[in-house]
Amino acid sequence: MNLLKVLGPVMVGPSSSHTLGALKIARFVYKLIGGVPDEVTFILHGSFSKTYKGHGTDRALLAGIIGLRQDNPEIKNAYEIAKNFGLKFHFKLEDLGDVHPNTVKIKVKRDNVFHEIEGSSIGGGDIKITFIDSVPCELSWDYDTLVIVNKDAPSALKSILATIKVNVANLYLRRINLLQEKALTIIELDEPIENIEEIKSLPSVFECYFIRRDN
Amino acid sequence: MYTWKDIQKMCKSLPLHEVILNLEMFETGVDPKKLRGKLSDMLRIILEEAKDQYGKKHKTLTGMTGENAYKLNKHVPKFLSEFSYIATVTALSIAESNASMGRIVACPTAGASGIIPGVFYAIEKVYKPDFEKLLDSFIVAGGVGKVIANKATISGAAGGCQAEIGTAAAMGAAALSYFISNDPEKVANASALVLKSVMGLVCDPVGGFVEVPCVKRNGNLVNLAISSAELALSGIKSIIPFDEVVDAMKRVGSTLPQNLRETGEGGIANTPTAKNLILNLRKFLI
Repeated sequence: MNLLKVLGPVMVGPSSSHTLGALKIARFVYKLIGGVPDEVTFILHGSFSKTYKGHGTDRALLAGIIGLRQDNPEIKNAYEIAKNFGLKFHFKLEDLGDVHPNTVKIKVKRDNVFHEIEGSSIGGGDIKITFIDSVPCELSWDYDTLVIVNKDAPSALKSILATIKVNVANLYLRRINLLQEKALTIIELDEPIENIEEIKSLPSVFECYFIRRDN
Repeated sequence: MYTWKDIQKMCKSLPLHEVILNLEMFETGVDPKKLRGKLSDMLRIILEEAKDQYGKKHKTLTGMTGENAYKLNKHVPKFLSEFSYIATVTALSIAESNASMGRIVACPTAGASGIIPGVFYAIEKVYKPDFEKLLDSFIVAGGVGKVIANKATISGAAGGCQAEIGTAAAMGAAALSYFISNDPEKVANASALVLKSVMGLVCDPVGGFVEVPCVKRNGNLVNLAISSAELALSGIKSIIPFDEVVDAMKRVGSTLPQNLRETGEGGIANTPTAKNLILNLRKFLI
């Protein structure tokens, strides 16, 4: 454990796993979809579902999905702010199966595009994004992350990687729809990329999201 | 991973706070100057929040706490010194702010986030020191916390409250001893004395929420940091070296039954009053 982690981080209380971790998962989703969604459903599992209001998990999730940073004192007012954005939000309690006790599945809709992200708060404010649109992954968000829906065809990945000039730390690729010839590629990078538009314009790329890590 | 013994050996040619920053550079590659800058931002936030929240009432998430800092601030102390009194009011204030979703620095954790503000705000008010000198002590607190985190744990869920509030108080005692003496040996003694005094302390939050007994433990145990520092400064030594005390704390933590490690099922969480409280709260909390 490094010094900054022992002496910090700056956050709002009361719990690094139930508040900070929850906020980070939702904020990851906010960054992925590029703004506040029109509608969101939070499905809470395990310990999240048992104690969520007492730990402010609900407000932390709402704060994250509207893009508040982890040290913003307005997090406690997330309900009001979300309503002011016109955000429709729902909380559901469900058993998500054999997953970490602090897990949430977030379903979002923005401009009629749907996404579904699942993540766990694994302690000390650290998170693990475990599913993006039904593709399993293990993202810590300690890296700048690219999420790409691309053509499920030969050389598609090659053309994407050819445009990436920075070092790749981790890479996931899964076929998501054989009929539509779609695959999902997740790339964790050591440094931010500058040429996102170039990747978006590739013929093999349908959708591309760049999620910068919080510093 | 460095033990305290390793760190102390390196203090022959450099002050302790510089040794800690240099070791961090070897491990993570972070420039000590940049790191010092980031840590200074964190310490400023700690002092800012201590000032803003001091003695305030808070509306906490469950309502089980929230007026302790306010009450103590209204009370004229009969036994506490000015220093201890300020430290105690601050520790309660920040712990209650944490429970009401206020901004805190999780130093070393959210649940134990009152102790370090208590110590540092009291130093600031009573000694009015140069900020850089205060920052040196903050770095030393971090060095002690890091040794505990790496050799054992600072998580209540893993090692009980001894690991969480015990670490916070050990860090606080380290900071106080360093501020007065600049002596790494006194720092180690003060930290060891704290951990020995809370050896085996269980993590038993009522309902699993960071309120009861967490808030008042912050208020009480900041005084353990102060008394341990005072003992160490007088020349009293811990017979058992700090590293060995940390190892012992780890062993005790890992043998604590699960229900005494942040599950909200054992200790004071398992009393009739606590169970009743939670039954009533459940209606509002889910």
